[in-house]
Amino acid sequence: MSTKVRIPTPLRKLTNNEELVEISAATVGEAIAELQTRYPGIQERLVDESGEIRRFVNVYVNEEDIRFLQNKDTPLNDNDEISIIPAIAGG
Amino acid sequence: MAQMRHDSSAFFPSPQLVFKQLLGLMSEENGYMKALKCRECGREYPLTANHVCEFDFGPLEVAYDYDLIRNSLNREVISRRSNSMWRYRELLPVAKEPTVGLQVGYTPLVKADRLAKRLGIRELWIKNDTVNYPTLSFKDRVVSVALSRSKELGFDTVACASTGNLANSVAANAASAGLRAFVFIPADLEQGKIVNSLVYGPEVISIKGHYDEVNRLCAEIAGKYSWAFVNVNMRPYYAEGSKSMGFEIMEQLGWEIPKHTVVCMASGSLLTKIHKSYQEFSKLGIVDDSKYHIHGAQATGCSPITAAHKSSLDFFKPVKPDTIAKSLAIGTPADGFYALKVMRETAGHGDDVTDDEIREGIRLLAECEGIFAETAGGVTVGVAKKLIANGQIPKDDSAVLCITGNGLKTLDAVAAHVGRAKEIRPSLREFEALLSN
Repeated sequence: MSTKVRIPTPLRKLTNNEELVEISAATVGEAIAELQTRYPGIQERLVDESGEIRRFVNVYVNEEDIRFLQNKDTPLNDNDEISIIPAIAGG
Repeated sequence: MAQMRHDSSAFFPSPQLVFKQLLGLMSEENGYMKALKCRECGREYPLTANHVCEFDFGPLEVAYDYDLIRNSLNREVISRRSNSMWRYRELLPVAKEPTVGLQVGYTPLVKADRLAKRLGIRELWIKNDTVNYPTLSFKDRVVSVALSRSKELGFDTVACASTGNLANSVAANAASAGLRAFVFIPADLEQGKIVNSLVYGPEVISIKGHYDEVNRLCAEIAGKYSWAFVNVNMRPYYAEGSKSMGFEIMEQLGWEIPKHTVVCMASGSLLTKIHKSYQEFSKLGIVDDSKYHIHGAQATGCSPITAAHKSSLDFFKPVKPDTIAKSLAIGTPADGFYALKVMRETAGHGDDVTDDEIREGIRLLAECEGIFAETAGGVTVGVAKKLIANGQIPKDDSAVLCITGNGLKTLDAVAAHVGRAKEIRPSLREFEALLSN
C-alpha cells in the first residue's frame, strides 16, 4: 500500500530536503516507524518518550486531524496522504 | 579641569562609553532581542523567520536582553513618548525603529461603573480595542510588529491565516506599507470582515473549510513559499505585539497590575502574552509585584481550552467549532497548552457562554457603556458575568475586561436581535402618538 507523506520544513534536513516521500504502511503509527527506518532520527522528533505523538505535532490523513480519527491507529489506504504540520501556527 | 577630563576620556574611554558603544552595536543588529528560543527545550536559534524548534516542534519565542532594557526603559521614559503601543518599544521585537503601524494602540481604558453595577462588582474597567487604529481590533497590535519585522528581514510579501480581524489588519497595514498581501479566510466568514479585507486590495483567498483547515493549509503554503506569514513563520515576533495591551492596562491603571483580567481565547495567545506583559513590567521594576488572576473566556460552541481547564487537564481535546463568535472559532488552539498553564498558575478560571449569552453580553456592554463589541467581546462580558455571579471573581474586587474587536464587523450576529427602528411619517402628531404608546 502506497502512502505519500508531506514532510514539514523543520524535518527536511533528515530527508535530504525531500518534501514528499512515498512509504508503505497500514497505520499512521507504522508510517512513523517506516519513516524512522528510512530516515533515522525522525521518530524522536515526532514522538515523545512515552511513544505518543508530541504535543506540538499535528498529523493529518487526507486533511483530517488524526485526533478526530483513531490517532496513531488510524488505518491507511492506498493513495492516502499524510501531512505532518507544526501545531504552533495561527490565531 | 573640564578640558583635561575631556582630553583624558578621548584617549581612555570610560567603561560607560565602551558600554554605550557596545549598546549601539547591539542595537544596530538585533535591538534588544537576543535570540529565538524554544519554549520546550530552550535551544536557541537566530532571529530569522522561523517559529518551530526542529528538535521537538516546540514554539520559538523571542528572548530579550532584560539587563539592557532595564537601563533604558522606565516610567518616565515611557510617559514622555507618543501615545501608541510603540511607547514600550524595547519590549517589542524589532531591531530598529518600527516602520509599520506607528499609530497603533494606546486605546482607552474605560471605567465601566454602570456595567460594574449590573454585574455586581465593585470596580470594572474595559480595555477598549474596538477603537484600535486602523482596523478596529487588537490584531493591529500584532500586525504592526509582524510587518515591521518582516520589512527588517527583507520580505516583500506578507500573508496570514485569519478568522477575520487579522485579515483586515494585514490587508490594511500591508497596503499602507506597500507590501504585497495574501489573506486566507474560512469561506463562511461574516460579510463585514470579508469586505473589510477586500477594500485594501490584497489577494483574499476564501477556503471551503473551518479555520483549523485554513491554518493547516497556510502552514503547508508557508513551507513552500518564501513569504512572511505573520502567524506562521513570523509568529514569534507577531505574538509579542499582544503584550502591548497588557503594558497599556498597567500604565493606564496608574502603574498597577490588575487583580483580575478576563481575556477571550481563540488560539490562547493573547492571554499568554498579557501574562507575559505583567511579568516583564514586574521584573523590570516598572510596576510592583502583586498577585493577579487571569481568566479565560470561550464560546460554548468552541471551548477546548476552558473545557480542559474545568476538567483540571493540562491538555485540550480539539473540537469542530460551531459558534457565532467566529473570530474565536479555533478548534485546535496553538497556545491552548500555555493558556491553560497561565490560568492554572495565576489561579484564574475559565468558562464559556452560549450564542444567546454572547448576544446578551454585547447588548449589556453597549447599553451600559456605549461600546459596541463584536461577538468575541460578548464572550468576554458573558463569561465575566458568570465568574462574578458564582464568586470566582469576588464582588469586592476590581477587574479588567479585554474587549478585542468592533461590533460593526459582526452586524450579522446581532442584527435580528436588537429590535427595529420605529417608522413614522414626518408628522409631529404621529411622533406624539408614538410616544404615548
